Amino acid sequence: MAKILIKGGRVISPAQKLDKTCDVLIEKGKIAAIGKGLDDKGAKVIDAAGKIVTPGLVDIHVHLRDPGLEYKEDIASGTLSAVTGGFTSVACMPNTQPVNDNQTVTSYILNKAAQEGHCRVFPIASITKGLKGESLTGMGELKELGVTAVSDDGKPVSNPQLMRRAMEYAKPFGLTIVSHAEDLDLVDSGVMNEGPVSTELGLKGITWVSEDSATAREVMLAECTGANLHVAHVSTKGSIDIVRQAKKRGVSVTCEVAPHHFTLTDEAVRGYKTNAKMNPPLRSAEDMEAVRQGISDGTVDAIATDHAPHHIDEKNVEFNIAMNGIVGLETALPLSLQLVEDGVIDLPKAIALLTSGPAAALNLPVGQLEEGSDADIAIIDTELEWTVDAQKLASKSKNTPFDGWKMKGAAVCTIVAGKIAYQR
Amino acid sequence: MSFQHKHVLGIEQMTKEDIQIILDTADSFKEINSREIKKVPTLRGKTIINAFFEASTRTRLSFEIAGKRLSADTVNISGSTSSVVKGETLEDTAKNIEAMAPDIIVIRHGHSGAPHYLSERVGCSVVNAGDGAHEHPSQALLDLMTMREHKGSIDGLEVAIVGDITHSRVARSDIYALTRMGAKVRLCGPGTMMPIGIELLGNVEVFTDIREAIEGADVVMMLRIQMERQSNILLPSLREYARFYGLNPTNLKLAKPDAIVMHPGPMNRGVEISSAVADGGQNVILDQVENGVATRMALLYLVSGVESMQTND
Amino acid sequence: MAKTETAILDKAGIARAITRIAHEILEQNKGGERLALVGIRTGGDHLATLLQARIQEIEGTEVPLGAVDITMYRDDLASRGNLPIGKTNIPFHLDGKQVILVDDVLYTGRTIRSAMDALMDFGRPSTIQLAVLIDRGHRELPIRADYVGRNVPTAREEDIAVIFDDELNPVEVRLVKP
Repeated sequence: MAKILIKGGRVISPAQKLDKTCDVLIEKGKIAAIGKGLDDKGAKVIDAAGKIVTPGLVDIHVHLRDPGLEYKEDIASGTLSAVTGGFTSVACMPNTQPVNDNQTVTSYILNKAAQEGHCRVFPIASITKGLKGESLTGMGELKELGVTAVSDDGKPVSNPQLMRRAMEYAKPFGLTIVSHAEDLDLVDSGVMNEGPVSTELGLKGITWVSEDSATAREVMLAECTGANLHVAHVSTKGSIDIVRQAKKRGVSVTCEVAPHHFTLTDEAVRGYKTNAKMNPPLRSAEDMEAVRQGISDGTVDAIATDHAPHHIDEKNVEFNIAMNGIVGLETALPLSLQLVEDGVIDLPKAIALLTSGPAAALNLPVGQLEEGSDADIAIIDTELEWTVDAQKLASKSKNTPFDGWKMKGAAVCTIVAGKIAYQR
Repeated sequence: MSFQHKHVLGIEQMTKEDIQIILDTADSFKEINSREIKKVPTLRGKTIINAFFEASTRTRLSFEIAGKRLSADTVNISGSTSSVVKGETLEDTAKNIEAMAPDIIVIRHGHSGAPHYLSERVGCSVVNAGDGAHEHPSQALLDLMTMREHKGSIDGLEVAIVGDITHSRVARSDIYALTRMGAKVRLCGPGTMMPIGIELLGNVEVFTDIREAIEGADVVMMLRIQMERQSNILLPSLREYARFYGLNPTNLKLAKPDAIVMHPGPMNRGVEISSAVADGGQNVILDQVENGVATRMALLYLVSGVESMQTND
Repeated sequence: MAKTETAILDKAGIARAITRIAHEILEQNKGGERLALVGIRTGGDHLATLLQARIQEIEGTEVPLGAVDITMYRDDLASRGNLPIGKTNIPFHLDGKQVILVDDVLYTGRTIRSAMDALMDFGRPSTIQLAVLIDRGHRELPIRADYVGRNVPTAREEDIAVIFDDELNPVEVRLVKP
């Protein structure tokens, strides 16, 4: 395998507390050396002067839609979208058809990712069989295949006793419970955040209580069982605070936020824009501020996209019946860098939220940049200005509310296991 | 100033001048409805499709009569006969309707934003005849026309709107229209039917006691309680609703002596309005229905004109 | 380019023309028993009011007076857009009446065609006659006036303006050249 020398970039790896301008030498798929003035003999040289060199980005909340919903996305297109956005690892949610609740589906995903994938894929299995919220998935066997986390994402585990048992069962296997915290009775038939905008548009609202009450329950159950809880896509002021307080008490809880929740508010729904429809919904400005506060004060462990591809036919309909979710892999990096621009966090912190933070939350062996580790690297030009063109996204689906947005910052080269997977 | 809206999607997009033009035009058209020959050739050769994807009798009838009195060819499609039940998307339905080259599509739809959706996908004018819990602009305009007839001016009026505000498109359109024309709106309804932030839509004050809402009002507008929502958990019983939020001769006395009583219909007698009030001297409910035709004639006329002005430019 | 305006009829001249037309109408219709006046908005309605007063002075009877707005009956709405629609007010039965349609300026004849269509929707007059203050020619339809205040030969690009004061009395007729 070819040697690659990444020359003269600012190398940032929060896991190693590394932040210096130097070279990175890749050999045999591994990081061979990090240092100044490394020998470039026989190596392909990538000039990274003025750019930053980071561990490959890690997205722990992606819907690859494969198997079963390949018309929206498949493992090849989803992972291509990932490397285009600077990601070298994605964790994919189990709400496929069939549901990833057994070794067959997990193996299928792993095999297909090995054959067609452009980056690493870590399947997340379901908590309950068929996502039905009735009985536990065979987590032990799935652990043997490398699964590190379980989730019924897309749906909450409504029955609290079942969630408690899931936590108790998952804990000895070292599996993290990824919670989609939502009280469906409170959601009712809501389609957007409940507030003045939903009132004005005449759309049925979803109260923040539906998320907060469920988050509180999950945190208490984690506290009770000692399980590792990761709260997915936190979107409200209250939920951020519940996680903040739980962490103070020593509860084993982590959480992630999605770029759209720290970038947009429910105002984006105006005009009945179906690409502003997701679950959890875009919230109020106050919630968005609280999410940013949570990022700033360390409550938030990870930025995760909740990349949710949908076919145009599923979005080009009346708002009420449009599917929830947006694609996010190719816009997450610049939106996260905007937090640096806005003074919410510094650059190393932003990189941590996209690398070591998410890797640690799901206990994934990635997000590192040190000698001997796998050569998963993103070379990022933080100054590169570009405009989002939904039709040109690598993802099969084009459902983004950021179409036409002017972005600053992009991955110019993504290296997975020592091979260049994407170059801008 | 002239009317420049190709589509009538809601009152929200309208200025005071727009509303004024519509009301004045409606005033002029109203005279036709009392003629022996109730038809003028104004929109001769125009095709209007009344696409009603949600059950409606009076609004559809009113739009149909309005179109016919202006000599337009009106065609109705309704939820039960449309392709919607066959699983066709609204976009495909819209494209198919458009292929038949109508000049105006009047749409009633259960989903908020459906007229907006349609207007982005067809070339002809779109007139909203009620979408979900969003807006019902022609209803608000006929309400204002009726208030203006009885009160001389909208400016300075105190208008109480009582009922299920959450699910009411009429309330939203009325709030916009009344506020723009200088009236003050008092809203009252059960706690389960008063949406967050409704007071931000205009000059609105929210009341929990119907007596306070009505006291000194110039206009009392009662909204229909949807009987079909009773399976829901919004109200304990219609009896209790009638007792706390219904209009009866006793609480109507709290309004100004010359206050008028309005209702967008159809009424649930004995629920939101007692028969004594519904048939009493202060009710102007049938005036509303009559003005509905003139208002809709005005809307159809005005949007037709915008289209031709744009083609000429 | 500045427009030039020439006065072609003053207040007294207009009054004389109205008086003459009133006499002609009465003579033609053998008194005023079944007469009715309908002015075309706006301009003709003001003149019709004057004619009504003049006829009352001469004959002592009050002739029924109405006004018609022809916007709804125009044949050029497609190109003119949504012109403001004025009120039509004909507070009497037209059936069997000898209706005098009154307008300020007769030009292409299209306004008169629209006004006649409107009148027909209100009933069946026994006759419709046309009285105008100015006939400026350039007819596009087979229409002529029965009573004319003054014939004024004009070019198409010229315009005739009838000026009314605040009390809606005509004070001057001007020929406007571009």
